[in-house]
Amino acid sequence: MRDPWQATTKPGGDWVSREGRRSDVAIQVRIPSMLLKFTDGEKLLQYDSPNVGALLSSIERDHPGIGHQLMEDGELRRFVNIFLNDEDIRFMDKMETELNDGDVLAILPALAGGC
Amino acid sequence: MSVKVYIPTPFRRLTGNRTFVDADGSDVVGVLTDLEQRFPGFGEMVFTEDRQILDHVNVYVNNHEIRSLEGAETTVSDGDEVSVIPAIAGGEALAPEEVERYSRHIIMDQVGPMGQRKIKSGKVLVVGAGGLGSPVLVYLAAAGVGTLGIVDFDVVDASNLQRQIIHGTSDIGRPKVDSAADRIADINPNVNVVKHNEPLTSENAMEVMGQYDVIVNGADNFATRYLVNDASYLLDKHLVDGSIFLFEGQVTTFFPGEGCYRCLYPSPPPPGMVPSCAEAGVLGVLPGTVGAIQATEVIKLLLELGEPLKNRLLLYDALAMEFRTVKIQRDTACPLCGEAPTVTELIDYEEFCGSPFHEGPLASDN
Repeated sequence: MRDPWQATTKPGGDWVSREGRRSDVAIQVRIPSMLLKFTDGEKLLQYDSPNVGALLSSIERDHPGIGHQLMEDGELRRFVNIFLNDEDIRFMDKMETELNDGDVLAILPALAGGC
Repeated sequence: MSVKVYIPTPFRRLTGNRTFVDADGSDVVGVLTDLEQRFPGFGEMVFTEDRQILDHVNVYVNNHEIRSLEGAETTVSDGDEVSVIPAIAGGEALAPEEVERYSRHIIMDQVGPMGQRKIKSGKVLVVGAGGLGSPVLVYLAAAGVGTLGIVDFDVVDASNLQRQIIHGTSDIGRPKVDSAADRIADINPNVNVVKHNEPLTSENAMEVMGQYDVIVNGADNFATRYLVNDASYLLDKHLVDGSIFLFEGQVTTFFPGEGCYRCLYPSPPPPGMVPSCAEAGVLGVLPGTVGAIQATEVIKLLLELGEPLKNRLLLYDALAMEFRTVKIQRDTACPLCGEAPTVTELIDYEEFCGSPFHEGPLASDN
């Protein structure tokens, strides 16, 4: 049977990006469903950035339009949270929060729905 | 004859904290007399001065209440299980039908008859009888929550049935509270259902929500989500919050004073920026998973058992089939629960959110 996932997974279950980069280096950014239209469906981006603000600028450079969804006047929008590993950056150094190889950033917008 | 006797929590100090003890006797009174002789103090907990079983103590043999059998003279055989269940304040005794219905709960040490009575004493309000509300109501009804309030003013629409499992095809066009109440009555006629067939507003929220112990948020719009959050905090109620979108869900349990939805998301998105399920879609099973987690949280709260999702936000990604939790915390600058609150009563949430209490043009997608 054809395995439609073959292209993006390898035995052992490590996720690799479409370019074949391993996911355990650099900084991974998890993109929520709501923003996938800006990343061509890519759920996991990888960047090398010194801090959150620089990383968001890099994402906006590569995926124009996503920045407007996340930021307003240089500040994170108040219905969007960014978690570094499992901590909310609002309670850390916000946009200046430092990043290191292996960190995982998750972008979490508020969801309205009980639908 | 040797039987196993279930010892309820208030009597366990007499039995060395053992939940089950073996006892000998040919009938119930014999078994209780054996325990009386072995565990000082036990006798006066179950017998009157003239050796009758106290009125507020129910005894069950293999989950049948002895008054429906031969009373204190009910015979017991090897391997039978006898349960001694005293009435406790705030908890109604379980009827024999309930003992049988909830037997898979009652046999668990962590629940037991006392826990089941706590569930029965529970009053839970579910906001929205939609995607999340459906599984929450079904599971809480099945679990025996004594009072279930349902807030919804929609009618069942064909497009709801892909995920709103409390409603059926024959319910299309009926008010959701009626459809849900009928389904609950069939699942468990012991549940008292309170129908609130009206929108929750700043005018009625305190009165409606004030009647309950635990609030479950399954609202489909930001205005209601913030209203429910604020009213829960002002009323000092636990709030089990869940939200879903496409293939993703978020769940957390707010304890009053230890962080709230505003601490997590200080303001709603501008109208139109975040699409609703009606606009973007939602995987039909997704609210089942998220709602079942919310129902689990409610039962744990009622039982005062385990670790609630307090100060943790559980993230579920159905496509990756991955659960993760992130830490959330009270924001000391929160306008509601922070150190200098500016929201001290309910506000105009439609204005705050720039959107109505109802999502979009599809009046039935709650």
